[in-house]
Amino acid sequence: MKSYEYHKPKTIEEAISLMGSLEDAKFIAGGTDVMVLIKQKKISSKCMVSLRNIDGLAYIDTQNGLRIGSGTTHNTIDENGHIKRYYSALTDATSRLGSKQIRNVATIGGNICNAAPSADTACPLLALDAKAVIVGQNGSKTTSLDEFFLGPGKTILSKEELLKEFVMPLYGENTGSAYIKHTRRNAMDLPILGVATRITVSLPDENISRCKDMFCTIDSISNILERLKDEGVKCEDVMIAMGVVAPRPMRAKNAESVMKGKIVSSELFEEIGNIAAGEAQPRDSIRGEAWYRTEMIKVLVKRALIKSIDRVIRPDEAFYPERLW
Amino acid sequence: MKYEISFLLNNDKVTVEVDPVWTLLYTLREVFGLTGTKEGCGYGECGACTVIIDGQAVNSCIFPILEVEGRHVTTIEGVASKDGTMHPLQKAFVNEGAIQCGFCTPGMIMSAKALLDAKENPTEDEIKDAIEGNLCRCTGYVRIIDAIKSVSKGR
Repeated sequence: MKSYEYHKPKTIEEAISLMGSLEDAKFIAGGTDVMVLIKQKKISSKCMVSLRNIDGLAYIDTQNGLRIGSGTTHNTIDENGHIKRYYSALTDATSRLGSKQIRNVATIGGNICNAAPSADTACPLLALDAKAVIVGQNGSKTTSLDEFFLGPGKTILSKEELLKEFVMPLYGENTGSAYIKHTRRNAMDLPILGVATRITVSLPDENISRCKDMFCTIDSISNILERLKDEGVKCEDVMIAMGVVAPRPMRAKNAESVMKGKIVSSELFEEIGNIAAGEAQPRDSIRGEAWYRTEMIKVLVKRALIKSIDRVIRPDEAFYPERLW
Repeated sequence: MKYEISFLLNNDKVTVEVDPVWTLLYTLREVFGLTGTKEGCGYGECGACTVIIDGQAVNSCIFPILEVEGRHVTTIEGVASKDGTMHPLQKAFVNEGAIQCGFCTPGMIMSAKALLDAKENPTEDEIKDAIEGNLCRCTGYVRIIDAIKSVSKGR
């Protein structure tokens, strides 16, 4: 293996100016992707600039929405009760990324900057409407995460820019979110497909307890949806994000706009699944074929949506029956 | 270009001259001769190289050696007490028959130790979660999970 210089800046400014002055330099955060690529000789930079020792890159701030520093490890996010309750989709992703050993080291910023179409945290962050704060030599700028990805491994970041944090809005009690990672095995697998949804619903107060009862039954999803329709559960706002269905993590914007403002029903969910599947452009790969992915989007979008609604109606449920999703 | 770093290795302060391309695993095995930590895949997939850094289980095969500076590293060699008495986890693995070929065992013990150090009485799901990054091709995991359970408090 070719040797390289290794720099350990202590501040963001120092890291950025190092990137400007060094020739052929690359950032390394947790290193769980970069180290593998170095070993496989796919990266042979002369200088590595480590982000691990920078103060003020690893933090979770839950005042007024949510701010997560890009250097925060997946495990730290996973253990945060506030995120699990109000930004559940993110916990769904961080709890199933890699293994415990990887989650202890890998950072959320690294997962996003690596820009893999299968990046686990990308779908939840898109569905939770995250903004990325990027710091460069001329100050910082904020961009929506949807504009951040350009293609596999490609982002809008220039060499001398650094992703500092993710900012998400405050979500109330009537908003729920979920991420479903479709894999062959339970641990240490990349998704065949990933779907994240966030939904804000409104329903008449007196109907809540009846809705709770519905989710406790062993009825089919379509029957539960029919009864949610009878109770007048309305979708006020929704975001749907899909991974591994295009060169970059994407949103199903047509499906979102069709769903907004409608009363939840079995037919609506069927329609939303079909529209979302139509928006995706999956391809054949070793993990799954395109037709299979298209079919599964229809299923998973529905499951993720109903799981999100369940989380609004039964926020304190510790155990969600596996059969529903 | 060589760098000199110091860190705590199994409670002893060590200073060592390293090349930045070295991983923690390479340094443990080739410089310190601590060959209990195994190299399986070398890409962070199998967990045979698991060590504990500041209380957290980490794959040492993809951990840059320069990031270890000032940290506390525990390897399988630091799990038993100095007089050679085995750690309760090690005894449990022997008693429950949780070892066959033994190649995954050091990594399994380190992952399990990190879990039990943080949580005395984990559930079966938490145990599975903690060792999900450790591949074992012999045992089918049942006896390994039994062994970890037998050590957790109150059983």
